[in-house]
Amino acid sequence: MSAAAALPRVPGPWRVALRALLRMPSAVASLAVLALLVLASLAAPLYANQVAHTDPFAPDVAGTVTLGGVEVPVMQPNDNRLHLGLTPIGPTWHADADLLGADDQGRDVAARLLYGGRNSLLISGAAALLCIAMAAVVGICAGFFGGLVDVLLSRLMDVMWAIPVYLFAISLSIVTVSQGLRLGPVTIRSDSLALPIAIIALVYVPYAARPIRGRVLTLRHAEFVLAARCLGVPRRRILLRDILPNVSATLIVLAPLVMALALLAESALSFLSIGVQAPAASWGTIIEDGQGLIYTRPMVAIAPGLAIVVTVLALNILGDGLRDALDVRETSRRRG
Amino acid sequence: MRGRCRAGLVLSSLLLCGAAPAPAPAPAPDQETTDLPPVIAPGGQTLGSPHRGGTLRLTADAGAGTADPQINYNSEMITIDVVVYDGLTTFAKLPFSASNHPVADLADALPAPQDGGLTYVFHLRPGIRFSNGQPVGVRDVVASFQRIFKVNSPTAGGFYGGLVGADACLKDGAHCTLAGGVIGDEAARTITFHLTHPDAEFLDKLSFPHAYVLPADTPARDVGNDAPPGTGPYRIVSYDPNHGMLLERNPYFHVWAADAQPDGYPDRITYSYGLTDEAQVTAVENGDFDYMYDDVPLDRFGELGDRYTDQVHINAIFGTFYLAMNVNLAPFDNLKVRQAINYAVNRRAMQTFYGGPAAASVLCQNVPAGLPGYVSYCPYTKGADVAHPAAQWSAPDFARAQHLVDESGTRGMHVTLVVPNRAVEVAMGTYLQNTLRRLGYDADVKPIAFAIQFTYIQNTNNKVQISLTDWYADYAAPSDFLTALFGCENFHPGSDSSVNIAGYCSKPVEDVLNRAALVSVTDKAAGDALWAQADRMLMVDAPAAPLIQFKKIELVSKRLGNFYTTNLYHMLVSQVWVR
Repeated sequence: MSAAAALPRVPGPWRVALRALLRMPSAVASLAVLALLVLASLAAPLYANQVAHTDPFAPDVAGTVTLGGVEVPVMQPNDNRLHLGLTPIGPTWHADADLLGADDQGRDVAARLLYGGRNSLLISGAAALLCIAMAAVVGICAGFFGGLVDVLLSRLMDVMWAIPVYLFAISLSIVTVSQGLRLGPVTIRSDSLALPIAIIALVYVPYAARPIRGRVLTLRHAEFVLAARCLGVPRRRILLRDILPNVSATLIVLAPLVMALALLAESALSFLSIGVQAPAASWGTIIEDGQGLIYTRPMVAIAPGLAIVVTVLALNILGDGLRDALDVRETSRRRG
Repeated sequence: MRGRCRAGLVLSSLLLCGAAPAPAPAPAPDQETTDLPPVIAPGGQTLGSPHRGGTLRLTADAGAGTADPQINYNSEMITIDVVVYDGLTTFAKLPFSASNHPVADLADALPAPQDGGLTYVFHLRPGIRFSNGQPVGVRDVVASFQRIFKVNSPTAGGFYGGLVGADACLKDGAHCTLAGGVIGDEAARTITFHLTHPDAEFLDKLSFPHAYVLPADTPARDVGNDAPPGTGPYRIVSYDPNHGMLLERNPYFHVWAADAQPDGYPDRITYSYGLTDEAQVTAVENGDFDYMYDDVPLDRFGELGDRYTDQVHINAIFGTFYLAMNVNLAPFDNLKVRQAINYAVNRRAMQTFYGGPAAASVLCQNVPAGLPGYVSYCPYTKGADVAHPAAQWSAPDFARAQHLVDESGTRGMHVTLVVPNRAVEVAMGTYLQNTLRRLGYDADVKPIAFAIQFTYIQNTNNKVQISLTDWYADYAAPSDFLTALFGCENFHPGSDSSVNIAGYCSKPVEDVLNRAALVSVTDKAAGDALWAQADRMLMVDAPAAPLIQFKKIELVSKRLGNFYTTNLYHMLVSQVWVR
């Protein structure tokens, strides 16, 4: 038997991190919740067409639903002495008949919730990835090259961070929501999801770039980087082979946290009618739909609100779990 | 007029409407209310009444702009101005539809027209003083009419442009004399008006608040927050559009004509600004305020009907919602497209969005029910057409609408519908956007702040293709819905004050409108028939799609008694009881 064969097989750092993550019940639960939300959102057309038999984007104020064999109007006249007003049907808890009730256009809230989830999760996920990518470029360049590059990029981040995030996002959205965005040959329509994705990603770059820069500053003076420099390894190779792999854990930890922030920002912009544009839906637009029904049909606003709370909570717990799992010192302590 | 921004036959004037928004008063059609008629003070006197005294507390979400009564075109302010100011004539302060008609106010009688309707001679009552103690004289009356032009009142052209000398005043307001148009005789206490053409609605126009009589030395500029003295039972003591207003009794007031200006019951009237409509409802329910000016939000209708029935008053008014289609911009420059929209819109859905049958009724023509010239018929509904109209609206005819769009060759074009950003209009807009998309257009909805949407959609520079708006009558006449909204003289390209939003101008229709106005002077029945004919011609050309006629739903506190509403001024604040 060789000496090598006698040594126990040492798992790689990613495998260790994954195992550590899977040993955390809270992180596993949050992953399960997120998976469920994504799957449910992906199944939106299936639910709308095969179960609820409704078009969640078409108003249906003159429509009816069948409940217990009885056909009832979606918009129900208020049963009061003055006969004032009509109220959309409330939750029926029947999947085929306005499960969570209808909104003021007579549309199935449950179906819109699922479709809204597709947009909310897509925008927040894509915005998080784009934000992390931009922040990685800024943070790594600033931290690694230092000097004037660092000064310029860091001050730029300072300026951006000095503007309240929501005010910044709202300002950009208001400018682009009416006319869309034209950048040279590229034109983005005002109702394109690319607009909120780009805006949200941009406003959170300083949030993600700072810790990345800090991590790179530490790595820049690490012995293995100094050794590589002394050996004459080109900068690009140091960046790709030594810096980036060691920053990747930071990027991974940041991703769910930025996604949670992006989801909140997207909901806020859509609530203000400057995010996802009608007739498309997002959880933010559905809350806006429910604003006028808060006294009579609170479920229209509560359901998407709960979806946002659950998703953000799950993303934050996942982010904490990833941080713990990818933290070398934590991992060492756990091993010890 | 729209929202808070009253607008009538306005319109040669280029002045913007007042800045603030909100629903406005309008003459109601037939009396349609569950309320008992209010008790009218004998002889208009409240002195000695057990109900006299106390403070009436009003609330609104925002102040109503300038306190200048000859400039403000906002019904929120007008409901206050009517108990502060008087004109030579005024709309009777009588309940419900009795208030549609002018009565003598500072003048001692309504004069009969002379010279074939070209001359009116008023005699000014003696012994009336402004709230600063200054007596009201002929000089004040003449100066007030000149001031309408000097301050470029929103109705200067539309209402008073028919006075001799008005043309010069419209061109050079600062030096307006109305020479030959308004002639005062101080010794005889008479004021003589000369018109360039007979006007059947001249007394209505004189009764409109912009013709109030102010002291002759009132500055010839917008007085802002410093309300000038008036002659009514109250005077404005302080006004801050950001916070509130206080009115107290005018110490120089006495009753001279009970139906024109009765004495007031409350000693003080306060107006508080800043609460949202939802908060206003709660505050009035809790008794913190006696009356909310703004519309009750739809989601509160249920609780009002359940628990506050006695505090809710529903009054029919001449208020409509309609879609204005810009006849000078594609695709609405195509008649078939405009007719297609009229066939496709679900008017019942619009009624639902406004609160159902108790709050609104479906409208098939431009003139609302209850006005002269209104004929019940429906050209754009399933199974009907303009040549064979139905008796009433039944359902949209989508197949016909799509066929017309196909014929027009405009399918796929981009269309933007501009709506005010209030919940009701946004809901309507979302529905209409879906209708436009089903017709094959790439449609989107552009909600704009309520305070500015109405002026925005009027200005042709904004290239608005189609817009949703409401409109209230300034007085009970069909011209306020036909000439005002579709008359050539009311289309001013590039102006914010171009209330002919569709930009429609048709010589045949214009001829009928002019004839209707002229014939009405001598033969009202024949005039009404001509108004109806004009309305039918407009429905054929379809520059607009009428949607609904709505009612005013008013909420008052439990302690408020003798709810007194006039068609033009909503709740008459001087006549309600708060003790």
